Amino acid sequence: MTREYPDTMAGPYEPPPRSFTDRSDREVVVREFGAGPVDDFEVLVGMYDGYDTEDRAQGIPPVGEEHVRDWLDTITGDDCFNVVAWHGDWPAGHATLVPDRHGAYELAIFVDGEYQGAGIGTELIKGLLGHGREHGIDHVWLTVEHWNDPAIMLYEKVGFERTGDGGFELEMAATLSES
Amino acid sequence: MKVLLGVGGSEDSLRALDRAIERARGAGDDLTVAVVDNPESPVDVDDVESEVRERLAATGFDAEVRRLEGDPGSRLVQLSEQEAFDRIVLGGGETSPLGKVRLGSIAEFVILNASVSVTLIR
Repeated sequence: MTREYPDTMAGPYEPPPRSFTDRSDREVVVREFGAGPVDDFEVLVGMYDGYDTEDRAQGIPPVGEEHVRDWLDTITGDDCFNVVAWHGDWPAGHATLVPDRHGAYELAIFVDGEYQGAGIGTELIKGLLGHGREHGIDHVWLTVEHWNDPAIMLYEKVGFERTGDGGFELEMAATLSES
Repeated sequence: MKVLLGVGGSEDSLRALDRAIERARGAGDDLTVAVVDNPESPVDVDDVESEVRERLAATGFDAEVRRLEGDPGSRLVQLSEQEAFDRIVLGGGETSPLGKVRLGSIAEFVILNASVSVTLIR
């Protein structure tokens, strides 16, 4: 893997829990996976099973409850890091870090339809990066579709830099530790 | 229909081979398997060709196997035009650690540049 990570550290961000009021005046709390008010896994299955096709990105979340369960099983495994944004008992969003084979972690973030555009993504990703940093993660990367400007702006705002241009998608990376 | 399948040795390309054989057998298509040298594949191109021949032999399906030297994407597109193939078939991409589909550079080139229909097998 020849990816170059930024010299400048992203953040540092505080780990969860992070409480805030979103731009639609909703009280939201970002908590690590497993610390939610109800069964995290089951509510995420519900959230992703009802996901709008237009919010799918690069083939995820997968389609159909069984595939959603398999996928969530993988990305919430013992070697992964996950946070959930809670609005009461409902997941407004979810973000995950999954290890690659090179000691770094791939990041993805999802905000449920009616919660988009309210600043939840920013808090969610800061919470996840704080959670990762707390557990000694140094390097994080992601890919994003070229046309997805809102997502690219969010990633740049929290400290990701563009590292590669693979054609259909853009690759970005962030450093969580001090060099 | 004359179908051109590109195989470079990545997992998705070998899965595409199995599916394309099934499909060609069912539809009575004329299948040509082009073995290309995919720089992103960990497998040596000679081994890819042997693997392709073995899988074909195991199914008893008769398909021509060709080696394409040079840049895989442009050679596939060129062959499809020169020999009047109706369709190019490729693997549908590898997945990242967290399950995102990542198209290889060959698929991207072929999708953008082919003048015939392109099928990606999922």
